Amino acid sequence: MSKSIAAVTESIDLRDSRPRFYELRRLAKKMIKDRLALYALIFLLLIFFSAILASVISPHDPTTGDLWSRLQPPSLAGGYSGHLLGTDQLGRDILSRLFYGGRVSLRIGFITVIFSSFVGIFLGLLAGYAGGKTDTIIMGLVDIQFAFPGMLVALVFVMVLGPSELHLIYALAFNGWMVFARMARSLVLTFRDGPLIEAAKAIGVKPLKIMIRHILPNIFASLMTLFVLEVARIIGAEAMMSFLGYGIQPPLSSWGLMIGEGRKYFPMAWWLIVYPGIMIAATVLALNIFSNWLTTAIDPLQKGQSG
Amino acid sequence: MATYILKTLLKALVVVLGVSLLVFVLTRSIGNPVNIMLPLGASMAERANLTHQLGLDKSVLAQLWDFASGVVRGNFGESWWQQESAMTVALRPLPFTLELSGIALVISLVFAIPLGILSALKPRSLLDKLTSTSSMFGICVPNFWLGLMLILIFSNLLHWFPTSGTGGWRYWVLPSVTLAVLPLGRITQIVRTAMLEQLRELYVVTARSKGLPEFWVVTRHALKNAGIQIVTMSGWELGRMIAGYAIAIESVFGLPGIGSLIVDAIGQQDYPLIQAITFVIAICIVVLNILIDLSYPLFNPRIKFK
Repeated sequence: MSKSIAAVTESIDLRDSRPRFYELRRLAKKMIKDRLALYALIFLLLIFFSAILASVISPHDPTTGDLWSRLQPPSLAGGYSGHLLGTDQLGRDILSRLFYGGRVSLRIGFITVIFSSFVGIFLGLLAGYAGGKTDTIIMGLVDIQFAFPGMLVALVFVMVLGPSELHLIYALAFNGWMVFARMARSLVLTFRDGPLIEAAKAIGVKPLKIMIRHILPNIFASLMTLFVLEVARIIGAEAMMSFLGYGIQPPLSSWGLMIGEGRKYFPMAWWLIVYPGIMIAATVLALNIFSNWLTTAIDPLQKGQSG
Repeated sequence: MATYILKTLLKALVVVLGVSLLVFVLTRSIGNPVNIMLPLGASMAERANLTHQLGLDKSVLAQLWDFASGVVRGNFGESWWQQESAMTVALRPLPFTLELSGIALVISLVFAIPLGILSALKPRSLLDKLTSTSSMFGICVPNFWLGLMLILIFSNLLHWFPTSGTGGWRYWVLPSVTLAVLPLGRITQIVRTAMLEQLRELYVVTARSKGLPEFWVVTRHALKNAGIQIVTMSGWELGRMIAGYAIAIESVFGLPGIGSLIVDAIGQQDYPLIQAITFVIAICIVVLNILIDLSYPLFNPRIKFK
């Protein structure tokens, strides 16, 4: 036991070039000091667990409604219905639908960004490491895609493939990979000519292995902050697509779709749209705060800039 | 200069062709739209007739050729839904959307520039913290929801503004404010960062030490140098408004812009119209990017186009 601790302390010097992403205890201390980031993280964990445990903690079934008790005001605001956040136009319990909707929104956010980050990071690594023509072609593609009207293409995508969760994920990921490619490439460029890579090349490590084993771990931390930001952006985009009717389809539900469905009734039933909107805004905000904190935690030098 | 123009035009061409081709491939890869256009009980002869009329019975290559020659002439054929030239239909609501996005951009700049400058001048002051927090909120609130909330408060509750439609200035207030919130947040952040960067520069020290009033140091020296970043971001936001946010906002407020038209065209599966709209929007964005590029020498005369 004591031997392994000694080994760890000794090897710290070797790791010095790496971002200090691995020092969990230091990060935890920082987190407790930075109250805003702490609240954001607690909120995110709450959302996360409420999504996972939706079937356990929901007071009612999210899909079966009771037409006799439709559009009941929230009991929080003086309703007598026994529905904490009221019911919708079909008499379904809003609170339960928020839990289940969060499950869908988070799932789409994460899966989409996992897709787009894989593709983007790989292409970015390739462009940065290979350079030359490969770089020109990949970055040319990135530039063209940045000039694309993204939301429009996503709408056409979903219309053509038919609205479904998977197609929505494709459409959104199609518009998201470039950010990762661009960032990965610029990070690679700062590393490519350093001693680390030179040493790996010298002992004959293959290019693919250099990219994945030696470059990726070094730029991983910075890409993580982008990952969190992108999840936030995709949750917003999913909400908008679902709101317009080209995203999640009933009987499934997401926060955006709840707003879209509640739109017709909202002048008389504000609770239909107020709560899901707050959930989207709060989740996106918490992810942004967390990502901001992550940036400064990984690289303290940036603190002055991001404030 | 000549090489710059050539390069820019080439890139613009690739973008416009790329978008158009993508939409073409996408729209051709689904089943026959005739199924949706005709009533359920239509006979086979009627189906064949309409398929022929729309040119969908030709080979894919022939369709591609028709399409490509159409793109070059800016002619996408007749809209299936509106029975007139798709290009005319696509261009009609464009001025409205441009006007709405323009107003929204002006609103956000009017607030973003002073707020960004003031918080850069006194970083970590109360104003700075308030500005950062509220710009963060502006970025995170989904704008279609914000629109609905504003309707709820200012139309249904207070009856200050109409809920939807067009008309006098009262009709413009809620949509343009809603649309302005997101760019306002992001441009404020950019102004703040750019100004912080510039205020650290030596030329600012020189200007101050020669006794120039702080107002001129900030506006004529620092702001001018921060201008490139601010203009780039503003142009970028304008493009995103036209090609993205306007879709949701126009749908929320029931406005006759190109965003509502997109949603309608997609709902009707009107391929020529969808193609014409994407083409028009791609052109708008390309033109916008060129204008941004061309504005750089105004802020920094050392920039030459190559």
